[in-house]
Amino acid sequence: MNEPRARRGWRRRHLGTDAELATFRTLHTASLAAPALRAGLSQDSAAAAVPHLRALLDAPAIALTDTADVLAWDGEAYHHAEHVPAIVAATLERQGPRAFDRRDLRCTVRECEIRSAVSSPLVVEDRVVGALVAFDTFPGAGLARTAEEVARWVSGQLELAELDSSRTRLMEAEVRALRAQISPHFIFNSLGAIASFVRTDPERARELLLEFADFTRYSFRKHGEFTTLSEELRSIEQYLLLEQARFGDRLAVTLVVAPEVLPVVIPFLCVQPLVENAVRHGLEGQPEGGRIRISARDAGLDCVIEVDDDGAGEDPERIARVLAGDHENDSVGLGNVDARLRATYGEEYGLVVETARGAGTRVIVRVPKFAPGVLA
Amino acid sequence: MWPGAVAVALVVVATLAIGSLGLRLSRTTSDFMVASRTVPAFTNASAISGEYLSAASFLGVAGLLLTFGADMLWYPVGWTAGYLVMLALVSAPLRRSGAYTLPDFAEARLGSRRVRTICSVLVVAVGWLYLLPLFQGAGVMLGAALGLPTWIGPAGVASVVLVNVIGGGMRSITLVQAVQYWFKLTALLLPAAVLLAVWLGDGRPDTERLGRPDFPTDVLAWSNPLADGGAQGLYLTYALIAATFFGTMGLPHVVVRFYTNPDGRSARRSTLLVLALLGLFYLVPPVYGALGRVYAPELAASGESDLLVLLLPRIVVPGLGGDLLTGLVVAGAFAAFLSTSSGLAIAVAGVLGQDVTGRSWGGRRLGGVAAFRLGAVIAVVVPAAVALGEPSAGVATTVGLAFAVAASTFAPLLMLGIWWRRLTPTGAGAGLVVGGLGSGAAALTTLYLDGPAGWVGVLAARPALWSIPLATAVMMLVSLATQRTVPPGVRRFMVRLHTPEALDLDRG
Repeated sequence: MNEPRARRGWRRRHLGTDAELATFRTLHTASLAAPALRAGLSQDSAAAAVPHLRALLDAPAIALTDTADVLAWDGEAYHHAEHVPAIVAATLERQGPRAFDRRDLRCTVRECEIRSAVSSPLVVEDRVVGALVAFDTFPGAGLARTAEEVARWVSGQLELAELDSSRTRLMEAEVRALRAQISPHFIFNSLGAIASFVRTDPERARELLLEFADFTRYSFRKHGEFTTLSEELRSIEQYLLLEQARFGDRLAVTLVVAPEVLPVVIPFLCVQPLVENAVRHGLEGQPEGGRIRISARDAGLDCVIEVDDDGAGEDPERIARVLAGDHENDSVGLGNVDARLRATYGEEYGLVVETARGAGTRVIVRVPKFAPGVLA
Repeated sequence: MWPGAVAVALVVVATLAIGSLGLRLSRTTSDFMVASRTVPAFTNASAISGEYLSAASFLGVAGLLLTFGADMLWYPVGWTAGYLVMLALVSAPLRRSGAYTLPDFAEARLGSRRVRTICSVLVVAVGWLYLLPLFQGAGVMLGAALGLPTWIGPAGVASVVLVNVIGGGMRSITLVQAVQYWFKLTALLLPAAVLLAVWLGDGRPDTERLGRPDFPTDVLAWSNPLADGGAQGLYLTYALIAATFFGTMGLPHVVVRFYTNPDGRSARRSTLLVLALLGLFYLVPPVYGALGRVYAPELAASGESDLLVLLLPRIVVPGLGGDLLTGLVVAGAFAAFLSTSSGLAIAVAGVLGQDVTGRSWGGRRLGGVAAFRLGAVIAVVVPAAVALGEPSAGVATTVGLAFAVAASTFAPLLMLGIWWRRLTPTGAGAGLVVGGLGSGAAALTTLYLDGPAGWVGVLAARPALWSIPLATAVMMLVSLATQRTVPPGVRRFMVRLHTPEALDLDRG
């Protein structure tokens, strides 16, 4: 008989007072429900979360709903799920918590003791996305208050989930923006250059037009987050052919490519914007023209791609700001490529830019030959 | 003496020059059509063969044939047929998986860091077990060719490999390895042709006509190579076949070469060409074996059979001609040592650099290149130190054990991973551990307990025939018991592995 008491005494000393224990239990139960809710409101996430939410509420039965019907139910008396659509409709109508009594919850099951229910809306960004419905054997203010607080906490988790998914959507939008980023200038200039050949050299004009079509097809392609280095190089070739049609001998290009790394899988459009930057900055203010060097070499488990130009260079401070996400200038491509490389391969695979005013620019991309989930 | 010394010096200088001067043989051009052309299957096949043909093939096969006769033809047959198994079951799906190394494949297929770590440990184990006989063999060879004490060999080769790997070895240059194959073939074929001409000129003597009864010329023995040694002989032969047929796909330095193929189809085509190139190469060592029985049978008795290829030209062709041929053969053998051991050292150093030296130790973390270099030092120094301490157990025998370990671990992983949807991380890990411990223990028993007598010794000397089924069974049974942990997305991954590239299909 002494044993349990002794153990309780030990617990009390080591795990804190009753109040502390209650706080711990509540927060711990809440933290168990949190991961599921952070994935957003769906049948799966609701099913994973309801047992923990019912433990928080200490109610005989609870339900999580969307704006129409039950997503997940935990506890007894599942036959009351038939009342849930009406409860949800009433909650939506009022945009706030509501209580329901035995008249709203008529049932024919003899041993059923459910006599009341409280419903609290789940609000994400001022929009009701569902409700938390708790059932009880008798009406009481206690359950109503707790249910409202728990519903508020669930809403908070769902808002965080919304934040996560909007961050992912932002990333995707950036890729799409990059795809659509073929600048209007480039289109006008290319078409202008092609037009100038139509009469003097129709054959060349035709070839350039086909290159232009291929280039835009690659850049606008719909699916696939990744591509191979050789496909990216092909698109760069088309881009450079069009630029050379415009600049003629002013633009000299050298390629040093180790054939071993051509099959390496890279994020779609992660080198082409760097070449575009190099062309723009390499030729800027250099009437006699500029030189661009693109190299790709094998470095064991990694592949290293470098894009050099001998142009005006750039203030390293400014490049650092661009890579930190500052969109104040025209080097959007650089920051975007850097962010996508980090998101794909981890922090140590960001862009490296070597530059100084008047010393040209070298941008170094390092990608691993294999990374889980990265497949063309 | 001098032709060997000159040849070794030339090979060393050439290897280091290619490695460190950064002669990448990558294309400098402003022509994109040239630059973005992937490596042709034939070049790639030559490179795979060049990296694969080690001193065990160059020297060991002829020596074994001299000593033990036609039974030993199973070595070259198995080393070639390993690519047949790869062609049929592994090469294209492995390439389509996107994996660069064997641990990469485990992670891509099973999504488990733990299985990846087990694979990394096994890559290091197989690599070291393969490097050990190469360093030992190099010691014996340099001792014979240059008249140096045996210990200089392992130390010298290890230093050259280390300098090569650290200086420029991170660049795995396909063209250099491709040239290696053709150089090795020439270095073996040309002297063999001269020796054959001399033999024809001598009136095609055979062992009986020369009055040498040490080798009975029972013609039937050639057609019935399994008969020798009763049940144990039969077991040994089949175990050798199992180890070589399935071990090839688990060699870390071979697998990385397949990444250079742009897709699964070209990977398959490269494998087919490798079969042809290896078949061509392995025609030559038996010529040395057969002529060795005629002209130099005393080498078998004196235990110098591994040196047959090096010594035979001078025995048969005296004078300057023999010296030149010897120089050529020594150069070829030394190139074989260097290319295979560099490839293995790079593979081991890559794994060590990623998973051991590249981790943070006591809060400090080495950068990529520094971690790789430290990994390279460990990768080379450990087997070299062991090679210095232990006399050679026969190059081909120890290489056979390395194949057995690879066959008992990576072969089940690759074949089940590619062809069986129900493989789970737990099952794969259990199979790898059981296969690795079983075959590894057998290898250590054979190397350090001087091969116990009777069936225990036989089972330990060639573990593959029991350890491959054991590892496979463990992998399958544990997987079946843990079906709840089948990685998600396995069906999609299987579609990716097995759908030909020509099919237009959303593989995402």
